[in-house]
Amino acid sequence: MRLEVSGIFKTYDGKVPALIDVSFSLEENGIFSLIGENGAGKTTLVRILSTQLLPTSGTATIDGVDVVSLPKKIRERIAAVPQEARAVPWMTPIQTITSYLMYRGYNHAEAMEMASDTIRKLGMEAFEHQKNRKLSGGQKRKVLVATVLASEADIIFLDEPSTGLDYISRKDLWNLFSSIKDRKSIILTTHYLEEAEALASRIGILNKGYLVGFGTMEDLRNLSKYPYSIRVSSPDFELEGDSWKVVHLAEGGTQIFTYEDQVYNLVSILISRGLRFTVQEISLNTIFENIIYGGTRDDKTSQ
Amino acid sequence: MIRHRSSQLYASVLVNSLYAMVNYPVTLVNTLLAPLSILAVVTFASHGTLLPVAAEGALIMNMVGSGTAMQGDLSHLKNDMRLQDMVVSSPTGPGIYVAGMAISQIVYSLPTLVLLAIFNILFVHLTAIGALILAADMATIFTFAVSLGFFLSTLSTDIVQSWAFAGILSPLLTTIPPIYYPISYIPLPYRYLAYISPTTYAAQIAQSQAGFAALSVLQTAVYWLILIIITLIFTFIAVKRSRWRDV
Repeated sequence: MRLEVSGIFKTYDGKVPALIDVSFSLEENGIFSLIGENGAGKTTLVRILSTQLLPTSGTATIDGVDVVSLPKKIRERIAAVPQEARAVPWMTPIQTITSYLMYRGYNHAEAMEMASDTIRKLGMEAFEHQKNRKLSGGQKRKVLVATVLASEADIIFLDEPSTGLDYISRKDLWNLFSSIKDRKSIILTTHYLEEAEALASRIGILNKGYLVGFGTMEDLRNLSKYPYSIRVSSPDFELEGDSWKVVHLAEGGTQIFTYEDQVYNLVSILISRGLRFTVQEISLNTIFENIIYGGTRDDKTSQ
Repeated sequence: MIRHRSSQLYASVLVNSLYAMVNYPVTLVNTLLAPLSILAVVTFASHGTLLPVAAEGALIMNMVGSGTAMQGDLSHLKNDMRLQDMVVSSPTGPGIYVAGMAISQIVYSLPTLVLLAIFNILFVHLTAIGALILAADMATIFTFAVSLGFFLSTLSTDIVQSWAFAGILSPLLTTIPPIYYPISYIPLPYRYLAYISPTTYAAQIAQSQAGFAALSVLQTAVYWLILIIITLIFTFIAVKRSRWRDV
């Protein structure tokens, strides 16, 4: 799949800007994750790309087909689970999946067979005939995700599919997404940065309607002023210098952010002082904070 | 793959009626209760003399009630379940979705329709042509009610609003207008107010077929014309107003 987003603006009621000149492109299958604070524009962008919402201006194409002017053609290939979607409470999982597949045009027998097959693959047999209202939050979410995964759609939009789920349920969903990412393109929004980091081959960071970061983890790390982090167990570690930033952590310990070429020097200093430490590339959490609250490569010289 | 339009229609019938009827049989009581309760009250109050008129009127009320109930269902599935958004991002278009939902309302009220049909066979004596005209009358008023329901569902942002719409529509379209009783029971000049409601025309056409109301050929033609024009206006508004993709 090739997704081209170019100069997308979205303003609600003519005055509330939700997306401002968002442009990016994706050129391969896999998982693309959109992250950002509440109200950053993630859902708006996903709704535009999944043909549920018209942009104020700009274009988006999927394999050359414009999602704005040719939505019918795109809808043959896409499937979406909105952020606040709920499994209809009076239906069972098998009925939910079957009816969704019939909306996609499968006849009842085909849809039933595909639904049963998906339920078996996802290990949902134990509750396939229970009413959705009796299922746990994780099971309900899984039912919704199963509806779109059961379909032939090769581009799947999932808006915060794991919000509110416990860790085990989230891991279940992650495994599910990972198992299909070579065959399909998944565009998912999430508030769990570790989810985006673990799953996505490309990540977009939205802040107040602007796309402020886009690319692989490597690309995003390169946006940060300090791409490396050293965690020191000592809470009162101090070190003067311009090539790193020392942060005393509320939960105890000290974190040093630095450049790649400074890691060796710092490690030598820490060893000479007999301190315990770990070295790693900065996580998406740190990148996200850096981008949202400052500390990107662009302001390197000013600090 | 071959996409079946009939499956897309049937999906709405499954979601909005058959699965609910199978999983919660108590919902059937709900559909039976409204038309039958008014039928019973009118029959008792008139010592049985208005039973045939009320039985025919219950058919009209059932069709209007089914159509307007759609606004609550559509609003619930759109705003609370987000099902409509999932359907928007699928090969099913708005026409098929709404048509499927309309059919689902008929399916949902089938037990009531069957019961009322039995009442009508027993107490209302219609010719074959009269029965066909009644069926066309019911279909027209149902189309009006579905269009009105769909239009209102686009205005409603949550189910509480939909309940309010339903609470307003039900008395204005079915309880107060002369559906269960002859229009001559309304004293002048209030009788003229009844003609504001399209259900009055539908009921008058139905009653004239059974001999409960005396309409000239010209009056019948005018009533049909008014009913069809109102239905077309509401269908046009519904189509124009409907927002499949949000703006």
